Amino acid sequence: MKWLLIGIIVAATCVGEVLQAIGMRRHGEIADFRPSALGRAASALARNWIVIASVVAMGVSFFAFIGLLSFADLSFAVPVTAVTYVIETVLAKYVLKERVNWLRWAGAGVVLCGVVLVSL
Amino acid sequence: MTPETARLRSKTWACAAIVVLTNVFGDFSLKRGMPAALATPLSYITVLFRPWVALGVTLLVLWLLSRMTLLSWADLSYVLPVTSISYVLVAFLGRWLLQERITPQRWAGILLIVAGVALVGGGSAPQTFGRQPGGQS
Repeated sequence: MKWLLIGIIVAATCVGEVLQAIGMRRHGEIADFRPSALGRAASALARNWIVIASVVAMGVSFFAFIGLLSFADLSFAVPVTAVTYVIETVLAKYVLKERVNWLRWAGAGVVLCGVVLVSL
Repeated sequence: MTPETARLRSKTWACAAIVVLTNVFGDFSLKRGMPAALATPLSYITVLFRPWVALGVTLLVLWLLSRMTLLSWADLSYVLPVTSISYVLVAFLGRWLLQERITPQRWAGILLIVAGVALVGGGSAPQTFGRQPGGQS
Protein backbone atom coordinates (compact mmCIF):
# COMPACT_ATOMS: atom_id res chain seq x y z
CA MET A 1 0.00 0.00 0.00
CA LYS A 2 2.79 2.39 0.99
CA TRP A 3 4.85 1.82 -2.15
CA LEU A 4 1.76 1.86 -4.36
CA LEU A 5 0.88 5.32 -3.01
CA ILE A 6 4.47 6.50 -3.49
CA GLY A 7 4.42 5.21 -7.08
CA ILE A 8 1.19 7.10 -7.81
CA ILE A 9 2.56 10.29 -6.23
CA VAL A 10 5.79 10.11 -8.23
CA ALA A 11 4.15 9.38 -11.59
CA ALA A 12 1.39 11.98 -11.18
CA THR A 13 3.80 14.65 -9.92
CA CYS A 14 6.21 14.18 -12.84
CA VAL A 15 3.42 14.37 -15.41
CA GLY A 16 1.77 17.32 -13.64
CA GLU A 17 4.88 19.41 -13.17
CA VAL A 18 6.24 18.92 -16.68
CA LEU A 19 2.82 19.81 -18.16
CA GLN A 20 2.74 22.83 -15.85
CA ALA A 21 6.13 23.97 -17.17
CA ILE A 22 5.01 23.48 -20.81
CA GLY A 23 1.72 25.30 -20.22
CA MET A 24 3.30 28.25 -18.43
CA ARG A 25 6.00 28.62 -21.03
CA ARG A 26 3.35 28.83 -23.76
CA HIS A 27 1.60 31.48 -21.69
CA GLY A 28 4.77 33.54 -21.41
CA GLU A 29 6.40 35.49 -18.60
CA ILE A 30 4.05 36.96 -15.98
CA ALA A 31 5.53 40.42 -15.57
CA ASP A 32 2.57 42.55 -14.47
CA PHE A 33 1.49 41.89 -10.88
CA ARG A 34 -1.43 44.34 -10.67
CA PRO A 35 -4.71 42.55 -9.73
CA SER A 36 -6.42 43.25 -13.07
CA ALA A 37 -3.48 41.87 -15.05
CA LEU A 38 -3.28 38.82 -12.78
CA GLY A 39 -7.00 38.27 -13.32
CA ARG A 40 -6.52 38.33 -17.09
CA ALA A 41 -3.61 35.88 -16.78
CA ALA A 42 -5.76 33.58 -14.61
CA SER A 43 -8.61 33.56 -17.11
CA ALA A 44 -6.21 32.82 -19.97
CA LEU A 45 -4.71 29.95 -17.96
CA ALA A 46 -8.14 28.52 -17.09
CA ARG A 47 -8.69 28.02 -20.84
CA ASN A 48 -5.25 26.46 -21.40
CA TRP A 49 -5.77 22.68 -21.73
CA ILE A 50 -2.21 21.84 -20.82
CA VAL A 51 -2.50 23.82 -17.57
CA ILE A 52 -5.86 22.15 -16.79
CA ALA A 53 -4.35 18.69 -17.37
CA SER A 54 -1.43 19.59 -15.09
CA VAL A 55 -3.80 20.65 -12.29
CA VAL A 56 -5.72 17.35 -12.63
CA ALA A 57 -2.47 15.38 -12.36
CA MET A 58 -1.39 17.41 -9.32
CA GLY A 59 -4.81 16.69 -7.77
CA VAL A 60 -4.26 12.93 -8.15
CA SER A 61 -0.83 13.37 -6.58
CA PHE A 62 -2.38 15.37 -3.70
CA PHE A 63 -4.91 12.69 -2.73
CA ALA A 64 -2.27 9.96 -2.87
CA PHE A 65 -0.06 12.20 -0.72
CA ILE A 66 -2.66 12.70 2.03
CA GLY A 67 -3.23 8.93 1.96
CA LEU A 68 0.50 8.42 2.59
CA LEU A 69 0.64 11.18 5.23
CA SER A 70 -2.12 9.56 7.27
CA PHE A 71 0.26 6.77 8.37
CA ALA A 72 3.80 7.95 7.46
CA ASP A 73 6.12 10.53 9.11
CA LEU A 74 6.26 13.92 7.42
CA SER A 75 10.07 13.65 7.36
CA PHE A 76 9.74 10.34 5.46
CA ALA A 77 6.89 11.21 3.08
CA VAL A 78 8.39 14.42 1.74
CA PRO A 79 11.96 13.26 0.97
CA VAL A 80 10.92 9.89 -0.46
CA THR A 81 8.86 11.58 -3.16
CA ALA A 82 11.95 13.56 -4.22
CA VAL A 83 12.81 10.86 -6.74
CA THR A 84 10.60 12.98 -9.03
CA TYR A 85 13.43 15.44 -8.94
CA VAL A 86 15.81 13.30 -11.00
CA ILE A 87 13.13 12.18 -13.48
CA GLU A 88 12.05 15.78 -14.00
CA THR A 89 15.60 17.08 -14.61
CA VAL A 90 15.98 14.45 -17.35
CA LEU A 91 12.56 15.42 -18.77
CA ALA A 92 13.55 19.11 -18.64
CA LYS A 93 16.46 18.33 -20.92
CA TYR A 94 14.77 15.98 -23.39
CA VAL A 95 11.12 17.12 -23.38
CA LEU A 96 11.42 20.82 -22.53
CA LYS A 97 14.77 21.18 -24.39
CA GLU A 98 16.29 23.23 -21.59
CA ARG A 99 20.04 23.64 -21.63
CA VAL A 100 20.95 21.76 -18.47
CA ASN A 101 24.57 22.86 -17.92
CA TRP A 102 27.12 21.04 -15.74
CA LEU A 103 26.25 23.23 -12.72
CA ARG A 104 22.62 22.11 -12.84
CA TRP A 105 23.57 18.43 -13.27
CA ALA A 106 26.03 18.77 -10.38
CA GLY A 107 23.41 20.51 -8.25
CA ALA A 108 20.83 17.84 -9.11
CA GLY A 109 23.32 15.09 -8.23
CA VAL A 110 24.29 16.67 -4.89
CA VAL A 111 20.65 17.28 -3.94
CA LEU A 112 19.78 13.68 -4.85
CA CYS A 113 22.56 12.34 -2.57
CA GLY A 114 21.21 14.54 0.22
CA VAL A 115 17.65 13.38 -0.36
CA VAL A 116 18.76 9.71 -0.22
CA LEU A 117 20.54 10.32 3.11
CA VAL A 118 17.50 12.11 4.55
CA SER A 119 15.07 9.39 3.56
CA LEU A 120 17.12 6.31 4.57
CA MET B 1 25.28 41.03 -14.78
CA THR B 2 23.07 43.13 -17.03
CA PRO B 3 20.11 45.06 -15.53
CA GLU B 4 17.78 42.54 -17.25
CA THR B 5 19.52 39.58 -15.57
CA ALA B 6 19.46 41.37 -12.21
CA ARG B 7 15.74 42.17 -12.56
CA LEU B 8 14.92 38.58 -13.48
CA ARG B 9 17.04 37.20 -10.65
CA SER B 10 15.50 39.30 -7.85
CA LYS B 11 11.98 38.59 -9.14
CA THR B 12 12.88 34.88 -9.29
CA TRP B 13 14.15 34.82 -5.69
CA ALA B 14 11.06 36.62 -4.36
CA CYS B 15 8.74 34.21 -6.15
CA ALA B 16 10.81 31.15 -5.16
CA ALA B 17 10.60 32.20 -1.48
CA ILE B 18 6.78 32.21 -1.69
CA VAL B 19 6.82 28.81 -3.46
CA VAL B 20 9.01 27.31 -0.72
CA LEU B 21 7.13 28.77 2.27
CA THR B 22 3.65 27.81 1.04
CA ASN B 23 4.91 24.29 0.22
CA VAL B 24 6.57 23.74 3.61
CA PHE B 25 3.78 25.14 5.76
CA GLY B 26 1.16 23.48 3.56
CA ASP B 27 2.71 20.02 4.02
CA PHE B 28 3.18 20.67 7.75
CA SER B 29 -0.48 21.70 8.25
CA LEU B 30 -1.67 18.62 6.33
CA LYS B 31 0.37 16.32 8.56
CA ARG B 32 -0.72 18.22 11.69
CA GLY B 33 -4.41 17.70 10.87
CA MET B 34 -4.26 14.19 9.39
CA PRO B 35 -5.85 11.35 11.42
CA ALA B 36 -3.88 8.12 11.90
CA ALA B 37 -5.74 6.31 9.11
CA LEU B 38 -7.98 7.06 6.15
CA ALA B 39 -10.20 3.98 6.26
CA THR B 40 -12.77 4.55 3.53
CA PRO B 41 -12.66 6.45 0.21
CA LEU B 42 -15.17 8.90 1.70
CA SER B 43 -12.74 9.81 4.48
CA TYR B 44 -10.39 11.27 1.83
CA ILE B 45 -13.09 13.92 1.31
CA THR B 46 -14.33 14.45 4.87
CA VAL B 47 -10.78 14.91 6.12
CA LEU B 48 -10.56 18.08 3.98
CA PHE B 49 -12.95 19.83 6.39
CA ARG B 50 -10.64 19.52 9.40
CA PRO B 51 -9.21 23.01 10.15
CA TRP B 52 -5.51 22.08 9.83
CA VAL B 53 -6.09 20.10 6.65
CA ALA B 54 -8.16 22.94 5.17
CA LEU B 55 -5.35 25.39 5.99
CA GLY B 56 -2.86 23.01 4.37
CA VAL B 57 -4.97 22.75 1.22
CA THR B 58 -5.27 26.56 1.03
CA LEU B 59 -1.50 26.93 1.33
CA LEU B 60 -0.92 24.25 -1.31
CA VAL B 61 -3.29 26.03 -3.72
CA LEU B 62 -1.17 29.18 -3.21
CA TRP B 63 1.90 26.98 -3.76
CA LEU B 64 0.49 25.75 -7.08
CA LEU B 65 -0.29 29.31 -8.25
CA SER B 66 3.08 30.77 -7.22
CA ARG B 67 4.90 27.84 -8.81
CA MET B 68 2.99 28.39 -12.07
CA THR B 69 3.96 32.07 -11.95
CA LEU B 70 7.62 31.18 -11.42
CA LEU B 71 7.58 28.61 -14.25
CA SER B 72 6.18 31.23 -16.63
CA TRP B 73 9.73 32.55 -16.97
CA ALA B 74 12.14 30.21 -15.16
CA ASP B 75 13.46 26.82 -16.34
CA LEU B 76 12.12 23.67 -14.65
CA SER B 77 15.71 22.43 -14.23
CA TYR B 78 16.42 25.67 -12.30
CA VAL B 79 13.22 25.73 -10.21
CA LEU B 80 13.64 22.11 -9.03
CA PRO B 81 16.96 22.46 -7.18
CA VAL B 82 16.30 25.98 -5.91
CA THR B 83 12.96 25.05 -4.33
CA SER B 84 14.37 21.79 -2.93
CA ILE B 85 15.44 23.84 0.12
CA SER B 86 11.91 22.99 1.27
CA TYR B 87 13.13 19.43 2.07
CA VAL B 88 15.41 21.00 4.66
CA LEU B 89 12.72 23.23 6.16
CA VAL B 90 10.23 20.33 6.32
CA ALA B 91 12.82 18.32 8.28
CA PHE B 92 13.23 21.20 10.76
CA LEU B 93 9.48 21.54 11.23
CA GLY B 94 9.15 17.77 11.71
CA ARG B 95 11.88 17.91 14.35
CA TRP B 96 10.66 20.93 16.29
CA LEU B 97 6.90 20.87 15.96
CA LEU B 98 6.05 17.21 15.37
CA GLN B 99 8.81 15.69 17.56
CA GLU B 100 10.14 13.49 14.73
CA ARG B 101 13.72 12.23 15.23
CA ILE B 102 16.54 13.54 13.02
CA THR B 103 19.64 11.33 12.91
CA PRO B 104 23.18 12.62 12.11
CA GLN B 105 22.74 10.95 8.72
CA ARG B 106 19.68 13.11 8.05
CA TRP B 107 21.57 16.26 9.06
CA ALA B 108 24.33 15.28 6.57
CA GLY B 109 21.68 14.90 3.86
CA ILE B 110 20.25 18.30 4.73
CA LEU B 111 23.71 19.88 4.34
CA LEU B 112 24.12 18.25 0.91
CA ILE B 113 20.75 19.61 -0.20
CA VAL B 114 21.77 23.12 0.85
CA ALA B 115 25.05 22.71 -1.09
CA GLY B 116 23.16 21.60 -4.21
CA VAL B 117 20.79 24.56 -3.97
CA ALA B 118 23.72 26.96 -3.62
CA LEU B 119 25.43 25.45 -6.71
CA VAL B 120 22.43 25.94 -8.97
CA GLY B 121 20.93 29.10 -7.49
CA GLY B 122 24.19 31.01 -7.18
CA GLY B 123 25.82 30.03 -10.42
CA SER B 124 23.29 29.95 -13.23
CA ALA B 125 20.73 32.21 -14.84
CA PRO B 126 17.12 31.15 -14.21
CA GLN B 127 16.17 31.07 -17.89
CA THR B 128 17.73 29.40 -20.91
CA PHE B 129 14.82 28.66 -23.21
CA GLY B 130 14.06 31.18 -25.91
CA ARG B 131 17.77 31.87 -26.34
CA GLN B 132 20.09 30.52 -29.01
CA PRO B 133 22.49 27.78 -27.88
CA GLY B 134 25.85 29.43 -27.27
CA GLY B 135 24.24 32.83 -26.75
CA GLN B 136 24.86 35.11 -23.77
CA SER B 137 23.26 33.75 -20.63
